[in-house]
Order: sequence, then C-alpha cells, then structure tokens
Amino acid sequence: MLVIKDLHAKIDDKEILRGINLEIKPGEVHAIMGPNGSGKSTLSSVLAGNEKFEVNEGSVSFNGKDLLDLAPEDRAREGLFLSFQYPVEIPGVSMVNFMRTAVNEHRKYREEEPYSASEFLKLMREKKKLVEIDSNLTNRSVNEGFSGGEKKKNEIFQMAMLEPKLAILDETDSGLDIDALRVVANGVNKLKSPERSTIVITHYQRLLDHIVPDYVHVLYKGRIVKSAGKELALELEEKGYDWIKKEFED
Amino acid sequence: MAEDQDKILEEVTGGEYKYGFYTDIEMEEFPKGLNEDIIRLISAKKNEPEFMLEFRLKAFRHWLTMKQPNWAHLNIPPIDFQDIIYYAVPKKKPELESMDDVDPELKATFDKLGIPLDEQKVLAGVAVDAVIDSVSVKTTFKETLAEKGIIFCSISEAVQEYPDLVKKYLGSVVPHQDNYFGALNAAVFSDGSFVYIPKGVRCPMELSTYFRINAMNTGQFERTLIVADDDSYVSYLEGCTAPMRDENQLHAAIVEIVAMERAEVKYSTVQNWYPGDKEGIGGIYNFVTKRGICKGDYSKISWTQVETGSAITWKYPSCVLQGDHSVGEFYSVAVTNNYQQADTGTKMIHLGKNTRSLIVSKGVSAGKSQNSYRGLVKVSKKAENARNFSQCDSLLLGDKCGAHTFPYLEIANNTAKVEHEATTSKIGEDQIFYCNQRGLSTEDAVGLIVNGYVKEVINQLPMEFAVEAQKLLQISLEGSVG
Ligand SMILES: Nc1ncnc2c1ncn2[C@@H]1O[C@H](COP(=O)(O)OP(=O)(O)O)[C@@H](O)[C@H]1O
Ligand SMILES: [Mg+2]
Repeated sequence: MLVIKDLHAKIDDKEILRGINLEIKPGEVHAIMGPNGSGKSTLSSVLAGNEKFEVNEGSVSFNGKDLLDLAPEDRAREGLFLSFQYPVEIPGVSMVNFMRTAVNEHRKYREEEPYSASEFLKLMREKKKLVEIDSNLTNRSVNEGFSGGEKKKNEIFQMAMLEPKLAILDETDSGLDIDALRVVANGVNKLKSPERSTIVITHYQRLLDHIVPDYVHVLYKGRIVKSAGKELALELEEKGYDWIKKEFED
Repeated sequence: MAEDQDKILEEVTGGEYKYGFYTDIEMEEFPKGLNEDIIRLISAKKNEPEFMLEFRLKAFRHWLTMKQPNWAHLNIPPIDFQDIIYYAVPKKKPELESMDDVDPELKATFDKLGIPLDEQKVLAGVAVDAVIDSVSVKTTFKETLAEKGIIFCSISEAVQEYPDLVKKYLGSVVPHQDNYFGALNAAVFSDGSFVYIPKGVRCPMELSTYFRINAMNTGQFERTLIVADDDSYVSYLEGCTAPMRDENQLHAAIVEIVAMERAEVKYSTVQNWYPGDKEGIGGIYNFVTKRGICKGDYSKISWTQVETGSAITWKYPSCVLQGDHSVGEFYSVAVTNNYQQADTGTKMIHLGKNTRSLIVSKGVSAGKSQNSYRGLVKVSKKAENARNFSQCDSLLLGDKCGAHTFPYLEIANNTAKVEHEATTSKIGEDQIFYCNQRGLSTEDAVGLIVNGYVKEVINQLPMEFAVEAQKLLQISLEGSVG
C-alpha cells in the first residue's frame, strides 16, 4: 500500500526528515511514537503533500503510484487521509457544505455521479451514528469555536465520510478525555478492514489499548530508529525516551 | 514556494471576464462632447416637458462650476468629458409588444447574459427592465403590476406618463449640487427605471433591471427613482455588465429611494461591469450615487451590494433616517482583483428619534488591487436614541493587495450608541491545505472560504441572485491565493 524509501524533507534549509524507510501493507496498523520535535507531524504533512516542506530525496509509492508526484487534493482522492494534529477553523463554511464538496470531489475522481442532497444527508446520518458525533457539530462552520476534543472527533467523522485507504492520525488522542478517546478509537476500529491501513501517531499507550498496532516505530531526529511489535509501546510507556535518545545521540 | 504562489496567482487571478462580448446593433449616436446643445438635444429626443429640460440645464450649469474630486485612496486618471458620447440608442428602437419583437442580436445579448427576459424567468416571477446603452429596452410584467397600481417603467416613460410624480421626487434625495458626478448625471441621464408602489401595496415580485453598456465611447448615465408610499413594500434588483474594451468607460448613475410611513424598500445590486484586463487596461469607471431617504416613521431601507466588476468603483449607498424609528441597512461585498480599485461604503444619517442603522461590509482583495471601506455614521442633535452597529471585515488574498477601512463618526447627541468592529484576515495556507487534504482543489477551496466569509451579506440577496453572486465571486477570484 505505502512504501517510503529514504525520504528526506526540509524546511528553510533545515532538514527535518533524514531518511525515512517504512512499508505498510493493506490492513495493517502502524504506530509511530517519538519525542516532540522528532518529525512525526512533518512526516504526515509531507505524505499529505503540504508544500511548506521540500522533499529533497527519496520516494513514496502509494498503491503503485508515485505519491510525491500528485497534488495534495489528488493524494486525498486516491484515499490518503490525514487527521490533523491541529485542525484549522474555516469560519462561515458549513460542515455540511464542506463535506458535501469533499465527498463529491472524491466521487468525481472515481468517475461516479455526485450525491444528491438527500443521498448525501443520508450518508451523513449513517456516519454520524457510526462515530457518535453530535449533530450540533455538523451544523456549524468547519471547526469554528470547537473545543479541542470536538475538533478531533470531527476529524474522525470526516475520515468516516471519506472512507480512506490509508488514514494517518496525528496525535488524535492528545488532550482527549476518556469518552472522546473511546469515540475516536471506536471510529477507527469500525472503519477497519483488510484493505484499509492506519498510521497512528501517539504518545500514549492508552490509545493503543483500543487500536492495537501491528508494528510500533520510534521516530527520532528525522529517522525511524526502532521498530518492533506492540510490546515496544509498553516499553516506551514504562521507560520513556531517554534510553533511545542516549543510544542515538549524534 | 514563493514562485509557486506567484504562478497560482498569475494563473487564476485571471478568471476571465465572461461578459466581454460586443453586440453589433445599429446605433443612433450623438456626436461626442458635452454642451448645452447636446443637453437640449437629449431632452428634445426624449420629447421631455419643459421642467425636465430646466432640471438638466440647471444641473449642467452647476456642474460647470464644479471640479472633479480627488479622492484619497483612488488613483483616477483625468477624464476627458468631451471625448464621451452622451447618448446612444439602438436604432431599431421599437415599441415592443412581446419578446418576438426584440431585435434578435439584442436577444442574443440577453441570452449570453442569462438575462431573465425569457418565458422561463417570467414564470419565475421576475419583472425586468433592461437598459442597454442608456435606453430602456423592455419592461416585462407591466400589466400584472398595473393591477395593483404599481408603476414599473423606464424613467423616460415615467417623465411622459407620470410627470407629477417625477417632478415631485426626482432630485429630491440627490440634488444636483450633491456631487460632481451626480450633477453630470442630472444633466445628461438618458434612461433608467422608475418604480412607484402605492399605499398599502406589497409588491408581489422582485422588480429587476439589467444595465448594459454596449457601444464604444459612450458614457452610461442611468437614473433610477423608487418611491414606496405608506405601508408598502418592494424588493428591487439591479445587475450590470459591459463589453471588454481597452479604453475606460464612464458609468455615473444615480439611484434615489423614498420610503414613506412604514414603507420598506430592499435594493440589491450585483455589479459586474468589465473590470479591465490583468494588466489594468480598460474597464469601467463606476461612480455612482445611491441614496435613500426614510421619510416616514418606521420606514426601512436596506441596501445590499455585491461589487465584483469595474476598474474603479466609487460608491456609497446611503440612508437618510428622517422618520422616527426608521431603519437603514447596508450589506456589502466588494471584491477587487488585479488592478481594480474600490472605494465603497455607506453613510447613515440619523435625523429622527430612535433610528437604527446596521452596516455589514466585507471586502475581499486579491492581485494588486486596492479595496477601501469608507463609512460615515452621523447622528444629528435631535436624533435621540440613535443606534448603529458597523462590522467591517477585510480578507486579503496574496500580499500585493491592500485593504483599508475609514470609519467616520459625527455624533451630536449623547444618547447615541455607536459600535464599530473591524477585522482583517488572510486566507491561510493552512486553511487551503486543510481543504486540499479533503480532496478540494485550491480554487474550490478559495471559493468556499470566500463564500463562507461573505455569507452574511449574500444571505440578504433574493435566492436567484444569491446563487449567481456566489458563482460570480468564484469566477472573480479563482485561486488567487498566496
Ligand atoms: N513550519 C515550520 N518551520 C520551521 N520549522 C518547523 C516547521 N514545522 C516543524 N518544524 C520543525 O521540525 C521539527 C519537527 O517538527 P514536528 O514534525 O512537528 O515534530 P513532532 O510532530 O514529532 O512533534 C521541529 O524541530 C520543528 O521545530
Ligand atoms: Mg506533531
């Protein structure tokens, strides 16, 4: 599904990703952990096509296509979804209008007819139920005045609407209370299928109790310095990152 | 990355003007230039009564004593008033009974404009008066309106048919001394619309006028007069376009509105005159005086404008709140792109007691354009308990454009409550990227964000117009983001 080879990316001549290698197969869940500032969000941004970052080396293939060659909107339409660490507010743009445009752009890309208003509203009702999101949120402007937790739930709702092949959840669990955490985890689990893959970026084992990863990677200073099974997350929870930092200080 | 932005800016700020075609209709034109003879000729051509000729000449003589104003935030090249044709009429100027009688070329023009002159739109319940190059071509729906005693016709026709009404109200809101372009309009106006709603009548449909400049070197000087008698209601729409030309053309219109006791007038404009090309060549100079007076107690006048066109726009639809408890509203979206300049806003003049006014202005600037809001809230000594709230927001696309806000306050009564809020924002790259990540192209994202930003104003427009206006905004701005 996703093959990242020796990926380097920089911003303002500062190299932040310094040779990432990662392969994700259909149906797999990968957790990426690591201290703040190690490049986790940068990696998600680069995969999603944020032009703030310049890719200066490496390749990424996504379902056989050269991902780095696609415009950000086409990456999305190909089935890559990013749940942002900090979702932005778009005042005045209603969630309904926003999601309808998004869903229909995806359909157009697949050469499917756009949904009519009633078809769309039906889909939205289903997905709202699935991720247990409050109707209040979908009646408002995109993220405007949402609490931190509401924003994260809204990301999961959008993921449910767009049914991506690969979802990247960038610290979707940070700052959530237990209830919201459960909603987020349930949302992800309900959407799980043998074809869909997930990258979970997190600091906490508590999310990984709900979303059980097949692999856990540690990203440090722009490189994946350790990869193992789910037990690595538990070890990190217990010991912190210091031992890793020590090992890879350069 | 900066280069990329420039490229996107370049590519898309040129959402090409769709209405730039020219229709080859045989025209009767006066020679270029302006003097008393031309004015007498206009008046004679229109078979006007003596009082109209007097009205024009008085205005002209006053105009000669005036100087073209020099506005702070507009850069206006000198205009040669002798190089303009002041009267141009489609030659086959027929008495039109049905659409079949309309010149096919003209009809094609209307079709291209999507003007609702056809059956379909008539069924939709829109009464239309179309003014092309100064002359009113056709007013539909007259009979239905006549049953209710509503008069909706060209101002020329009104001069002939209802001289008393015209004499009473023409120039009563915007006197010829008011301003330079107002005086010029009073001297040479050739047509426009006239609306009279009798006492107690609610006009059952939107009344609408489309203005189009077609001929070369002509100035367009329409004059619109709307009178709403006691307890009446009317909603009036105005749209406009012009062909693409390299030279600048002058449009100096006047709109006067009178609202009597408890009357309500809603006036909506979607202004889409040719803005000039990407380098700023050509385009319409749009210098318009729009003013309404809430004469009666509890009357209300509401202006809604969506300004996307013109090379230069200078326009301040205003309300004189004379009647006690009267209400004035101004909702505006002004979009500028490329080298466009807009200086627009409103004046709310509180004279009566318990008068209220609301101002909602949304400026959107892109390209190398300049967009200014200029608004005056004036509360006179006797205006007890006047209330005003103003919200002036500016949205910038890219970093080569400018947005300016000039609120003026003149408060002579200390019971007044006046509030002003202003914001300036940029469409953020992160907002665009967020939309991109959900599968929206950058153009669609900008369209969505801008339409969200102006929603409060667009919601004031009648449904049909609202949809058109949204599309227009998208076209005017397509992707002009950095
Ligand atoms: N827009 C930016 N401009 C400059 N530096 C940035 C920018 N975004 C991220 N960085 C830097 O890149 C590094 C990695 O950041 P980030 O990917 O957000 O880390 P993480 O998500 O792992 O906490 C940090 O040193 C951060 O300061
Ligand atoms: Mg991060």
